[in-house]
Amino acid sequence: MEKIRKLSKYQGFWPVVVLLAILLINGIISGGAFFEIKIVDAHLYGRLIDILRNGSKLMLLATGMTFVLATGGTDISVGSVMAISGAIACSIVDGRILPGAGQNVQAAILLALLGGMLCGAWNGFLVSKIKIQPIVATMILMVAGRGIAQLITDGKIVTVNSDSYYFINGYILGLPFPLFIVLFVVALVLLFTKRTAFGLFLESTGCNPVASHFAGINVNSVKWMVYTFCGVTAAVAGLIESAGIKGADCNNAGLFMELDAILAVAIGGTSLSGGRFSVPASLAGALIIQSITTSVYAMGVAPEITAVVKAVIVICICLFQSAEFKDKMRKRFSGHKQERTAKPA
Amino acid sequence: MSESVKTTKKFRIRNMSLLVTALLFIGLFTAGSVAYDRFLSLSTFCNLLNDGSYMMIASIGITFVLLTGGIDISISSTIAFTCVFSAFLLRSGVPAGVVIPLVLLIGLLFGALMGFMIHSYQLQPFIVTLAGQFFMRGLCAVISTESIPITDDFYKKMALNKIVFAGAKIYYYVFIAAAVLIGAMFVLKFTRFGRTVYAVGGNELSASLMGLPVRRTKVAVYAISSFCAALAGVVFSFYTLAGYSLQNVGLEMDAISSAVIGGTLLTGGVGTVIGTTVGVMIQGVIQTIVTYQNLNTWWTKVFSAALLCLFIVIQRILAGRSEKIKDGKLEKAA
Repeated sequence: MEKIRKLSKYQGFWPVVVLLAILLINGIISGGAFFEIKIVDAHLYGRLIDILRNGSKLMLLATGMTFVLATGGTDISVGSVMAISGAIACSIVDGRILPGAGQNVQAAILLALLGGMLCGAWNGFLVSKIKIQPIVATMILMVAGRGIAQLITDGKIVTVNSDSYYFINGYILGLPFPLFIVLFVVALVLLFTKRTAFGLFLESTGCNPVASHFAGINVNSVKWMVYTFCGVTAAVAGLIESAGIKGADCNNAGLFMELDAILAVAIGGTSLSGGRFSVPASLAGALIIQSITTSVYAMGVAPEITAVVKAVIVICICLFQSAEFKDKMRKRFSGHKQERTAKPA
Repeated sequence: MSESVKTTKKFRIRNMSLLVTALLFIGLFTAGSVAYDRFLSLSTFCNLLNDGSYMMIASIGITFVLLTGGIDISISSTIAFTCVFSAFLLRSGVPAGVVIPLVLLIGLLFGALMGFMIHSYQLQPFIVTLAGQFFMRGLCAVISTESIPITDDFYKKMALNKIVFAGAKIYYYVFIAAAVLIGAMFVLKFTRFGRTVYAVGGNELSASLMGLPVRRTKVAVYAISSFCAALAGVVFSFYTLAGYSLQNVGLEMDAISSAVIGGTLLTGGVGTVIGTTVGVMIQGVIQTIVTYQNLNTWWTKVFSAALLCLFIVIQRILAGRSEKIKDGKLEKAA
């Protein structure tokens, strides 16, 4: 009991509990079939693997988004950046643009990542230098991004035919390759935020940018960096998506992913007004969203209903994070015991 | 003293953005007329009104929210829901006289609920309206994922009846948009509620210290925004005579950028609905020019985004300058 109480202090505790509960409910409803993992052609197959595989894009986006939200910003352009990166990579592999690169997959991936980085840097520039509100600043790229992607592919759905490109969404050691990408990125990020002062700078910037500035933190460059990083993670997610459908579909690649990514971070308990953050909790949030989607599919309900479920979950989570709501509920349920709430925390 | 400086400055920013917006519209329209035969005609102009009427209603609604410094990204789903739900009801034989008030009421209540959550529990407008967006879009899909045609006589009448003069057609639903515009202008300019909207957007804390009903106003603006979205949905179902669950995906971003191009500051407190209307028409002109030029329709998005960017940067510079002037004055006074 004492141990559980200690554990529940971690930000990632409740998201993980919710995730396990969702999986358990699924397992009970399906009579255990949900947890079945089969080995076919030396690859692991099963619902759980599906969740990890399909959730990898969202996990990547959530990692980048966690930092952006930790500085008190928002990036609603990630879906469009995914479309751009997919468009760049597929067009190069297809030989549609840059024939000089000789349909080289490495060059395509590098340039796509560079594209995502540029997009992120542009957002960061608008937010940190021109000082536009993050929602508005990233809205510009959100509106223009799909247009730019369409212009890169000339308005067509570019399909690629390259086994080495498909590998991005392939398998290693029986596990989906995107999962390794996520692990790599997350390990890198955790190392960077926990072993350097950067994590502290980030939280400080989110809590109070003015105070951080006076404390000698270069708030602008911190912001610029997180938006750029968010752009890169979006580009990687875009590569995985385009490798998954073996082509670039600028209209639908990453559509509404920005909302899911923000949602994942919010479920993970990172405050949307900046400050305290936790990448593992956001990953749990991303997996919660993905497992809701997968379980809705598994139950054979129309997939569109996922949206209603998500909406209800978002509101519940936001309400539980809101101090005002907690106060009101406490007053309602403890009536005359109000002096307890008056005690300093 | 400094208060009056601030007001004149804000007044000037507002008028200047409006002027720039109007000039931009005239400039784009002239450019189109010079470049293409048959562009310069009354019917081109009237088509902007016809095709943009639902967009105008929705954008005017969202302007109220933006004026208080909030944001509402649920309107496109509310429009789609209104279309699908009314098409569904009409198909089940409910008369149009019941359907239209009902969907408008749903819009109003839905917005009020979101406003209530945003204000009472201090939630972020972005997240609450995001949930609203998911919810409404999901409900559409629950009703039907197929497109439902509307065959009701009243809807058909509204879709086809028009006034023709000098070769130009104006459909009846344009008058709904005009009525909304005039109503919104009146409310914002001459009613206590309208002035409170600006006050809340200027500084919420000051407004509440002055004893203005901040809570009621904030709930009301979200209700107005969703009501306008529902009305836009009704007009859109006149326009298309069908309800489809994926209609107008991403429309809220177009509405917000129209408002910004029309001179609304997203930090709240500054903006006009007439500016927003011109903003909608500017996007319409861009679309017309792109069509005339036979370009990929995606250029419309790129051009709109470029304009949006330009306007936001201009606003930022103007706002920065007025802050500097204010600081300068204050220093002198001290």
